Amino acid sequence: MNDMINLSRRSFIKSTALVAGGLVVAFSIPQAKRFMGVANAAEAMPLPAPNAFLRIGADDSITVMLAHSEMGQGVWTTLPMLIADELDADWNTIKVEHAPAAPAYIHTAYGIQITGGSSTTWSEFDRYRQAGALTRALLMQAAAKQWNVPVAGLRTENGAVINGSQKLRYGQLVETASQLPTPASVTLKKPEEWKFIGKATKRLDSAEKINGTAKFGQDVQFDGLKIAMVARAPVFGTKLKSVADGDTLKVPGVIKVVKVPTGVAVIAEHYWAAKQGREALKLEWDLAGHDKPDSAALLKQYQALAQQPGVQAAKAGDIASSKQAKQTVTAEYVLPYLSHAPMEPLNCAVKISEQGCDIWTGTQMQTTDQASAAKILSLKPEQVKIHTQFLGGGFGRRANPRADFVSEAVEVAKAAGLPVKTVWSREDDVKGGFYRPMFVHRATVSLDKQGKPLAWQHTLVGQSIIKGTPFEGVMIKDGIDATSVEGVADSPYVKGTANHLVQLHSVQSDVPVLWWRSVGHSHSGFAMESLIDELAHASKQDPLAYRRQLLKDHPRHLAALNLAADKAGWGKPLAKGVFRGIAVHESFGSYVAQVAEVSVKEGEVKVHRVVVAIDCGLAVNPDGVKAQMESSVAYALGAALSSEISFKDGQVVQSNFHDYQVLRMKDMPKVDVHIVASTEKMGGVGEPGVPPLAPAVANAVFAATGKRIRRLPIGDQLA
Amino acid sequence: MKLMINGKETELNVSEDMPILWAIRDVAGMTGTKFGCGMAQCGACTVHLDGQAIRSCVTPVSAAVGKKITTIEAMQEDKVGQAVQAAWQQIDVVQCGYCQSGQIMSATSLLKQNPKPSDADIDAAMSGNICRCGTYQRIRTAIHEAAAKLA
Repeated sequence: MNDMINLSRRSFIKSTALVAGGLVVAFSIPQAKRFMGVANAAEAMPLPAPNAFLRIGADDSITVMLAHSEMGQGVWTTLPMLIADELDADWNTIKVEHAPAAPAYIHTAYGIQITGGSSTTWSEFDRYRQAGALTRALLMQAAAKQWNVPVAGLRTENGAVINGSQKLRYGQLVETASQLPTPASVTLKKPEEWKFIGKATKRLDSAEKINGTAKFGQDVQFDGLKIAMVARAPVFGTKLKSVADGDTLKVPGVIKVVKVPTGVAVIAEHYWAAKQGREALKLEWDLAGHDKPDSAALLKQYQALAQQPGVQAAKAGDIASSKQAKQTVTAEYVLPYLSHAPMEPLNCAVKISEQGCDIWTGTQMQTTDQASAAKILSLKPEQVKIHTQFLGGGFGRRANPRADFVSEAVEVAKAAGLPVKTVWSREDDVKGGFYRPMFVHRATVSLDKQGKPLAWQHTLVGQSIIKGTPFEGVMIKDGIDATSVEGVADSPYVKGTANHLVQLHSVQSDVPVLWWRSVGHSHSGFAMESLIDELAHASKQDPLAYRRQLLKDHPRHLAALNLAADKAGWGKPLAKGVFRGIAVHESFGSYVAQVAEVSVKEGEVKVHRVVVAIDCGLAVNPDGVKAQMESSVAYALGAALSSEISFKDGQVVQSNFHDYQVLRMKDMPKVDVHIVASTEKMGGVGEPGVPPLAPAVANAVFAATGKRIRRLPIGDQLA
Repeated sequence: MKLMINGKETELNVSEDMPILWAIRDVAGMTGTKFGCGMAQCGACTVHLDGQAIRSCVTPVSAAVGKKITTIEAMQEDKVGQAVQAAWQQIDVVQCGYCQSGQIMSATSLLKQNPKPSDADIDAAMSGNICRCGTYQRIRTAIHEAAAKLA
């Protein structure tokens, strides 16, 4: 590890300045590593003031500015841990704030301000530590100046600089430090010197989230702020024909009705009036001749396409050349559209003024929201201030390259001429699109006498998430949306098969699709790990032993697989009627194996326990990693058992939690999480726990019943 | 309309059919109680009405006249509520946190009626409260922890 970071060489530090009673350490970030390609708007923006990662107050408080959004994944705690270690901070003085939308906070790898791809901790591991180390160096110099002693004899501890028996708290050094020149370099601590990194640390946002004071976007209120609800098209892509709002305007509390590009907005004093007002609208939509999706027809279309040649995503050898094949396995896996259904329905408050626009919302993608709002209002991006609130769940829904719910809220405020918070009902959220796309996988694998794959043909059918977004230019190459085929085209099983061909059909549709926790891996993990289980059984091998053999040159897969199997007692007897299934999958740079213990009684699947092993490299907050694994199991299990968005006559069938079912307490299994002791490259933890869950459960169902689950959700397939 | 919210008589200009949820959030301006589904499916809006856990998104204010509404904002003054909140912090239950006001109101109500709930009791009392972050395992542990502390 290169502990010495030469900051001036990397022109990392922009300036230091004294603002509002505190020391602000400001950075500009290297512009090199952008791959999403939408940062042109951001590049043109000047640095805002204050532009900072941390601020020390005269009262000793250390305020950490988060370049990423807290949506449950724990970055509110993890990023301060990085700073606290390098700063020798007093943990009790740490405060945390979401940063504004500004170039200083652009993702170190993705080129826009975004929380996604399970990337916050690894992408900020250096930047936040450097911010802490730089500040500590400045404070030590300040202390040296105040005491008139050499820096070399000083040390820092728990929020103070110490010289023998003398002590100056950081707050006492702020003013002197602010006048000092920026150090040219800082030395980062060695792992053995860490006090926070690698230690289970309690969340910093716990207290406010249990006493009702935490502010989510939904909780934004100020004088003059009105509430809006929008009536949107019942069939995606259709246009409004006519609206009659006479009855709406009679509802007490309704202020006005305005047309916006997405439909008709009812502006009211409160939600209840807006809701009643919206119900009283008389709307006609132009449905004639419009494509009306239907789930049964879509399935037929996808299944037919899966047997046709598609666009090539990966190829080696010749799939027709497997003459010595002993047997061939063909399987088709079907996965439905899924809604993210975060607990906090979408919402966004907008106030337009002479100077610009203020936006309060929970968002995972500040840059595109800011750019879209600026475009709608003919403003410069820096005139749009994004005040990120806590996110009541994200799971990808609040990271929309099309900025859908923010753009709509800006249109509503613009049309209404009032500060307005646009609020979605749960029905709006479930029916409102931006789903995990429906996918069909069809694979034919021929095996040799030992069961080793000789040829692997794999065809995927589904909508592209990236097509039509600003990311298209960089994330779709040669007709392949990388997020459609991830987990298949780059699978160690496929790449380890001498003859393979992966093809993709990207279906066109008006149904809006988006990344759903673990993106393409959310379907490819199920297809791949179910298929591998089928191949193990076809060649009469133990599913664990079979995987170990195929993954023998993939040590991180193996480490996770072996740890999960060992902790689950693979091969040892279970309670009567309980059966095991196993799966391992890499995504977002982390390797996760899961063993599910399942019983099936009268067609009902009961998951008793899931043993999880993860290799994510260094686990900065091990308890946070455990929490994300527990969370992923719950999120994925709800989807595997019962979640589905379907279409009939062009409309979404489901509407709320009674028919879009998610996991509840009674179905939560015990989850045991084990972290592989690893010094390998850091990966993510928010998403990688999702992909192996459904196949581990389905493989256990096979062990229990002999019935192979090839379609999700499992629903009543076993009845 | 006069409502008794957290021990304070509060005069609110609302219609009789307005759900308690919107009266407390959008009219009284108390945002600790959350909106999740609007049809008593998720439990995010759980408050106590004369000590009973109810879903405030489907209960009209007319049903609260002459009764006591207690919300998350008052749990710090409630002995059982305090124990539940302390256990929530000790076990580090929360993730996004949006459902947790409702979870805590349901858990507090459960422990008031059943000081030593079994896992099955917890399943029965808490399955109406959805958590999309899947903090259920920690909620279960925290309820047992709070029960032990209160015993």
